[in-house]
Amino acid sequence: MIEIENVKKSFGSLTVLDGVSLSVNTGEVVSIIGGSGSGKSTLLMCINGLEAIQGGRILVDGVEVHAAGTDLNKLRQKIGIVFQQWNAFPHLTVLENVTLAPRKVLKMSRAEADAIAVRQLEHVGLGDKLKAFPGKLSGGQQQRMAIARALAMSPKYMLFDEVTSALDPQLVGEVLDTMRLLAKEGMTMIVVTHEMGFAREVSDRVAFFKSGKIHEIGSPQQIFESPQTPETRAFLNSVL
Amino acid sequence: MFQTAFSLNDLWFMAQGAGWTLLITAIAMVGGTVLGLVFGVTRAVLPGWTTLPLGFFLDIFRSVPLLIQLILANSFIPILGFRASPFAVSCIVLALYTSSYCSEIVRGGVQAVPQTTRRAARSLGMTWWQDMTEIVYPMALRVMLPSWIGLTLGVMKDTALVGWIGVIELLKSSQILITRMQNEPLFILIIAGVIYFLISFPISRLGARLESRFREND
Amino acid sequence: MFNYTFHWRPALQALPQMLQGTLVTLQLAILSMIIGVAFGVVLALMRQSKNPLIHFPATVWVEVARNTPALLQIYMAYFGLGQLGIRLDSFVALLIGITFNNAGYLAETFRGGLRAIPQTQTRAARSLGFGAYQAFTLIVLPQLFRVVFHPMTNQMVWAILMTSLGVVVGLNTDLTGVVQDLNVRTFRTFEYFAIAAVLYYLIAKFVTLGARLLAWRLFRY
Repeated sequence: MIEIENVKKSFGSLTVLDGVSLSVNTGEVVSIIGGSGSGKSTLLMCINGLEAIQGGRILVDGVEVHAAGTDLNKLRQKIGIVFQQWNAFPHLTVLENVTLAPRKVLKMSRAEADAIAVRQLEHVGLGDKLKAFPGKLSGGQQQRMAIARALAMSPKYMLFDEVTSALDPQLVGEVLDTMRLLAKEGMTMIVVTHEMGFAREVSDRVAFFKSGKIHEIGSPQQIFESPQTPETRAFLNSVL
Repeated sequence: MFQTAFSLNDLWFMAQGAGWTLLITAIAMVGGTVLGLVFGVTRAVLPGWTTLPLGFFLDIFRSVPLLIQLILANSFIPILGFRASPFAVSCIVLALYTSSYCSEIVRGGVQAVPQTTRRAARSLGMTWWQDMTEIVYPMALRVMLPSWIGLTLGVMKDTALVGWIGVIELLKSSQILITRMQNEPLFILIIAGVIYFLISFPISRLGARLESRFREND
Repeated sequence: MFNYTFHWRPALQALPQMLQGTLVTLQLAILSMIIGVAFGVVLALMRQSKNPLIHFPATVWVEVARNTPALLQIYMAYFGLGQLGIRLDSFVALLIGITFNNAGYLAETFRGGLRAIPQTQTRAARSLGFGAYQAFTLIVLPQLFRVVFHPMTNQMVWAILMTSLGVVVGLNTDLTGVVQDLNVRTFRTFEYFAIAAVLYYLIAKFVTLGARLLAWRLFRY
């Protein structure tokens, strides 16, 4: 379970998160929607401790992420994250991209890591690209590889940070399909996205972010069909 | 207390050396840039295989130690039956040496202008010459200028080698003083180093400034 | 046009001696690169420090190395250290001078290279549970090596060319030194130095070509 309690975060004088609270139960899929610059992505970076926070706290399975004694490397092993700019490691093959962390962080044997990686890569439809270098792949393929890379660590939670925003329109579908599959398998997911149709289809709950706060949260039906506030309505009108 | 036999006269001697350093640098840069422009544009616009001999010739200046180039020229010019002072030999060799590096800078600069931009210029009815002077030149200049300033600094430092064939530039003048005074080479070399630094540092700062300004405008 | 008769035969007969000198030249260049890389890495890291006591000496080293002639740096090692009571033979003085120069230039190469690797690479690695050290050695370093490989090759060629300056401080075992000794005995300056020029050219091309092959083997991505 991920519990976010009244989290505050600012870069200098710019307040990005202004008291965000949200709990995500195991097996749940929560989508976060909202305009750009509303702090959605920053929240994900805070959950796995890539960004510091100035107030409140975040608990992952009861462990406080930003407490002084927390072993972040250990914590991050159970939180997978996929970035907008997939961040493939260009000097490693697709297979090596996926096996590196299991081997070096989880200390698996090469054979063990290879087996897991091949399974994950086949899962995302890249079974035939094992020996290719990321530079030779399309953006959609690289993004699916990044998903497999995160999944190879067998995380309990998956965070998706606008993973389709930097993709050509015709490549968005293949990545969303992969995520859909994952949701169906019961993965706990927090998905920051601009894909409203997708958010509506796979989410258990949808949160609307505005100026560093969760402005409205509820079931997809409630958010998309009968939004409670004029701001939510205005935002949805602008994107739908 | 610190005592030195180093006098104002000696400092003046080194300043004269620095004058020669600057003069040779200036001549080498002017000559080398003119030649480098011609060679570089030729290599950029003509098909690759036709300029292979030119490329090979220019590459020699970058692959053989400058000291040896100077010695070879100094001994070869008399063989040809000409008389040339060490100063003239230094200027000729350094100008050719500079042109070799400069041609690479020019070639890189011209090739950095996208083909599509040049096609756009021609499609507007510009002639080849207009395309070169109005489009390619200003765009390439931004790429070339920082490297050209770097080259100037490099050549200025490389003039230190012409002392070997008898030109009394800054470093040679220092070495003469070291030999004469025997017991204070460190002090003399530090003065020489400071003079080199005073010439070089402002130019390198200017280069860095230009580079960052160009980058801002991109 | 030529009143001069070229005497290539005696010059060519001295080829074995020159090749012996070539080995010394290569030895100097390789040593100065290995030590130069080590110091270059340290200097680059020192310059990233916010502590002026660490930052400042590294900056002075780099700026002096880059803004004064290599020959001056060699003189410093030969005459300058001599005044401080450290008498070095010309081989060691030359090695120190070139190494000092290499380290200064390489430090800047490494600093630029580090900047060329996006921060997001480290981020992605950390998000997978890598520690800071592992993220650097497994993700950043291999990519850095590729970025700096070409400039390092250039530096190697420069190091080879710089070794020719040894003759100015009396070195007579490297290629230029051997040739200068022969020249002083015979005054066949052009012939001897022309052969030396060809040898230097071949070494430079050999290094460039070797590096290109190595890069082709190493960087398949």
